[in-house]
Amino acid sequence: MREMKFYGTALPGVEIEPYAGKLIVIEGADGVGRSTHVALLRTWLEANGHAVLDTGMTRSILAGRGIKEARTGHTLGKITMQLYYATDFADRLQNEMVPALRAGFVVLTDRYIYSSIARAVVRGADPDWIRSIYGIALVPDAIYYLRVHSTEELARRVLGSGRSFDYWESGMDMGAGADYYDSFIAYQKLMLREFDRMSGEYGFQVIDATHSIKRVAAQLRRAIAGVIDGDSRDKTQTTREPSKLSVTKSIPEIPELTKSP
Amino acid sequence: MISYGHHRYPGRLFVVEGTDGSGKSTQLALLYQWLKSEGYQVFFSEWNSSSLVKDTTRRAKKRQLFTPATFSLLHATDFADRTERDIMPPLKSGAIVLADRYIYTAFARDVARGCDRAWVREVYKFAVRPTISFFFRAPLEVAIDRITSARPQLKYYEAGMDMQWSEDEEESFKIFQGKILDEYDHMVSEFGLTVIDATQSIRVQQRQMRELVSRHLKEKLKEKPVGTK
Repeated sequence: MREMKFYGTALPGVEIEPYAGKLIVIEGADGVGRSTHVALLRTWLEANGHAVLDTGMTRSILAGRGIKEARTGHTLGKITMQLYYATDFADRLQNEMVPALRAGFVVLTDRYIYSSIARAVVRGADPDWIRSIYGIALVPDAIYYLRVHSTEELARRVLGSGRSFDYWESGMDMGAGADYYDSFIAYQKLMLREFDRMSGEYGFQVIDATHSIKRVAAQLRRAIAGVIDGDSRDKTQTTREPSKLSVTKSIPEIPELTKSP
Repeated sequence: MISYGHHRYPGRLFVVEGTDGSGKSTQLALLYQWLKSEGYQVFFSEWNSSSLVKDTTRRAKKRQLFTPATFSLLHATDFADRTERDIMPPLKSGAIVLADRYIYTAFARDVARGCDRAWVREVYKFAVRPTISFFFRAPLEVAIDRITSARPQLKYYEAGMDMQWSEDEEESFKIFQGKILDEYDHMVSEFGLTVIDATQSIRVQQRQMRELVSRHLKEKLKEKPVGTK
């Protein structure tokens, strides 16, 4: 059991008490393979007898549909968009994640507040403003950041998966580049910088996502097993303690934009 | 950085605040008529009016999906859309914007629902600072009487039923409005709200309002007929 800890003021109406579950965050850029790994982890955890709740952005009952409709119409202003996402997050946190954690579930979340913060900041939001809004967030038990070295590689992954570039994931609303490709590269580069900045601040455990799916999955499983078992061995362990397995000490700089071959 | 708090736009923003039944909407409508007749370009912006968020709010109210945090954040989303779409552009162009309820409504309601004071203020940091914020202050009994006699059925969230202060709707509404009024009273000095005694006659209140508003008006704010030089 771990005491609930919030980044800022607790969510109003939530009683702060110890919870039996684990809040595990999978973060990373668009196209890095987060959802694949969440699905693999879910299967593995359930096979090991753990009840799992998986959740992710825009899946709230309250705001999910509204956000999707607004995204399709490209009608969201910058501030409006950040607050709509915060509404979606608060709904899922209070009505899905917190109850599941109390009931002892492993909650796997595909992205958490960090993606929202990064998106807001690269769009010109005051970094302190967006962080205070997300002060209502529960501090997770572990945050795994799937990291790639270059945005060109991300672009290849997106195209390789058979998808085309998404309007928002390419930062088209920002006019970041002349076309979808250039815009995606420029936008994702800003996003990676923000993620790297947050890495130390929030204690991300960085996982090199350029390795094979199998290898990344194995690394995630080992780390998560440690989080789940660690609790029964050592009651004082906190998320801020870096795990031996997965933390890279220094984060390499993202290489400058190179011309695509 | 996106924060409009200390704007220097040529337009003017006048807002009215107060509990339900304080008569603020009536006063704002009269102010609107007067400003129009004086030749100003005036825009009107109402609380809870973003078409982008409307469906979500309606559904959430109907199905009672809100928690204090999501109630607060969805209303902030609605307000952000209004700010970006309806309030900022006219102010930048030098027009007058009249807002029926503004951020102080959120501060009063959300804090009454248990949200943290500082957090709610932070959420709305992007808001444009009004030229004048009128607070129509009516004693609790007067406001409650006006509302309950005019409306036979109180709505769930309007009555604060989600907070389970009381099983009885009217009782719950009274408790809620009392908390809201306390919050407004705290905000008078915090934000420099201009208090108007809402028990005075409509005409007297309107005269006070116009007198204060006129101090912030200039000839150059007036609308120029299209095609004239």
